[in-house]
Amino acid sequence: MGLDIRLPIGLMFSLVGVLLLIAGKVYDSGVMRAKSLGINIDLYWGLFLLIFGLWMLWLAFRNRRQAEKK
Amino acid sequence: MVTIQLGWIDYAILIAYTCFVIGIGFALKRYMKSSSDFLTSGRSIPTWVTGLAFISANLGALELVGMAASGAKYGIATAHFYWLGAIPAMVFLAVFMMPFYYGSKARSVPEYLKMRFDERVRALNSIAFAVMTVFASGISMNALAKLLNQLLGWDYHLSLWICSGVVLLYVLKGGLTSAIYTEVLQFFMIVLGFAPVVYLGLKDVGGWDALKDKLAMVAQNPGAAGLIDKAGQSFPADSWTGAWKPLLAGPASNPMGVDWFAMIFGLGFVLSFGYWCTNFLVVQRAMAAKNMGAARRTPIIAAVPKMLFPALVILPGMIAVALALTGKDGYRLPPKPLTSEIYQQLIPAVNQASTQGLQGEAAYKQVTSAISEKDAKDLKFNSAKIAALVAANKASALPSDKLHAGLQDAVSEVDYDGVILSLVKKYCPTGLLGLALTALLASFMSGMAGNVTAFNTVWTYDLYQAYLAPNKSDEHYMWMGKAVTVAGILLSIACAYFARQYNNAMDIIQLVFAFVNAPLFATFLLGMFWKRTTGTGAFLGLFGGIGTSAVFHSLTLALGNTPGAKGGYLGVLHTFPSEMAQNFWMAAFAFIVCFLLTFGISISTSRTKSDEELKGLVYSLTPKLKDDHEPWYIRPAITGTVLLAVCVVINAIFW
Repeated sequence: MGLDIRLPIGLMFSLVGVLLLIAGKVYDSGVMRAKSLGINIDLYWGLFLLIFGLWMLWLAFRNRRQAEKK
Repeated sequence: MVTIQLGWIDYAILIAYTCFVIGIGFALKRYMKSSSDFLTSGRSIPTWVTGLAFISANLGALELVGMAASGAKYGIATAHFYWLGAIPAMVFLAVFMMPFYYGSKARSVPEYLKMRFDERVRALNSIAFAVMTVFASGISMNALAKLLNQLLGWDYHLSLWICSGVVLLYVLKGGLTSAIYTEVLQFFMIVLGFAPVVYLGLKDVGGWDALKDKLAMVAQNPGAAGLIDKAGQSFPADSWTGAWKPLLAGPASNPMGVDWFAMIFGLGFVLSFGYWCTNFLVVQRAMAAKNMGAARRTPIIAAVPKMLFPALVILPGMIAVALALTGKDGYRLPPKPLTSEIYQQLIPAVNQASTQGLQGEAAYKQVTSAISEKDAKDLKFNSAKIAALVAANKASALPSDKLHAGLQDAVSEVDYDGVILSLVKKYCPTGLLGLALTALLASFMSGMAGNVTAFNTVWTYDLYQAYLAPNKSDEHYMWMGKAVTVAGILLSIACAYFARQYNNAMDIIQLVFAFVNAPLFATFLLGMFWKRTTGTGAFLGLFGGIGTSAVFHSLTLALGNTPGAKGGYLGVLHTFPSEMAQNFWMAAFAFIVCFLLTFGISISTSRTKSDEELKGLVYSLTPKLKDDHEPWYIRPAITGTVLLAVCVVINAIFW
């Protein structure tokens, strides 16, 4: 099938990762911090999702390049 | 109940997800050229994709909330659904059964039954399956819309129609392929959305060892953690943290109330193999793979994350009970939500009791007597909390939202299905909250899309093409596939409203499905591995098995239930310690009767299919697949054995 699903997965998680990073900055108030046990979980998890998303994108592009070579 | 407030980032995540799933549907639209592209994906999808879709289709919202609920009620023994049930069944499907499904070129499980037996067996299976998928998705839609309503204050009807609309849109555009592709995206969404919640919960309890210590205290006094239906009982200390020791000690020593035979034979063998090996909803994912090897590897790939899922879906329930025991930060297991009708009955009564200056038990009696008889039946309140509320309201009149919150808090019954969301609510700041809610919606959509795509294939190929309109053009069947996708979703919505109206009717319908499903695996087992099995034997055997479940159910009852929809309406011959034990034993009986009947009738009827016709459909008449030249890690027999070995180790660790 013509669509590599890693492409939309990569794009979506990169976007969601960035949104979480923003949330980690904007909502880093006492109440929100206390909820997640004093950890700025939005920041860390956003970073992780962003890396995951970029990794998926990298896989998708690598695959496309290999297919083009053939 | 106090609803959660979402920030704009939460909405942004939700909307981003929705756009992507719909976008996938549109991106795949141009590949949908024939009915087989639309309904069976044209057998073209890579293995890892079908593998993840295989578990994702099963991971509906009900599975997610239900497993956490069981984790709270029964602890780690719930993992038997995975480590004893699903994994061995998935390995069996990959190694032994997939060659027949895929190799026979059947487009669906009922179509395989037609090839192997005859039209009668196919008709019985396909009709039961079609009705079941529609009801299953209706029930889960109702549950989701209710949850969103309670938790976020979203309108029930709006949530129901919008969620279904999104699923309709992407399934209609990209057919099974888009359902499978979005299921992969949803798989990652569910895992990555709930993982941080589990992490925070576990950290809050103090890690695994502290969790074990607290659950040991819970086991000795379940009532203290708010496990209200077990109040007064006590269990050995490892009941919530050991999967086997409490089970082997007998039904009285484990919170599930199940004995080892019912667990191993009833759940592990009959029910799990029956579900994972014969349910077209999951098998369809493997049948969409691009070749035989890929089809066989699909369940194997799926088994790896499936084995780890208890950490994601069962652990939160266990964490919740441990938190409720210590009452840390005022946490308690979520009380059963009150509806606005009940508030309307209760609030004037509280105000009246306050003006009359009633105290203690008198105040409690006065307030609870205001509830109509219908509602009062399954609603219990904490009398001290009601009395305190009345007293506080007397001292200074409370505003309406405080009254609502106070009354809700006074409900002593636990809403186990709300457990996972109570943790989301407790730990998630804005941002993570949107992610977790999106994960919940994703699980709901993947389950619904799974049901709808299985339904439209079975309807179009096994009912419409087979009986109503054979020999039409492919365009016609493509059109029918799309039309029935719309019809299927509308029917599910109707079922959701039905489920909302008549809770009991839904229980009865699910029960009927349990009757139909319990004997099914016996038919497949005999059909695939014994060439002498005849169509008449299979057909009558199935009926016998279904009848056995019905009779079994009407003559037995679980402890604490009254005769009626829960069983025992023809007289109670035996009482089981729990509903779960009753279900597992029912499945075991149905299987054995179906097996023996099919065997007996097959021997006494003459064969209608020759050896030549059964080639590729029965084990002994099919040339063995040669995969010796492949590397070991893609040979299902070897990887399957490795998986089973790992499974044994995990069972031993959590003994």
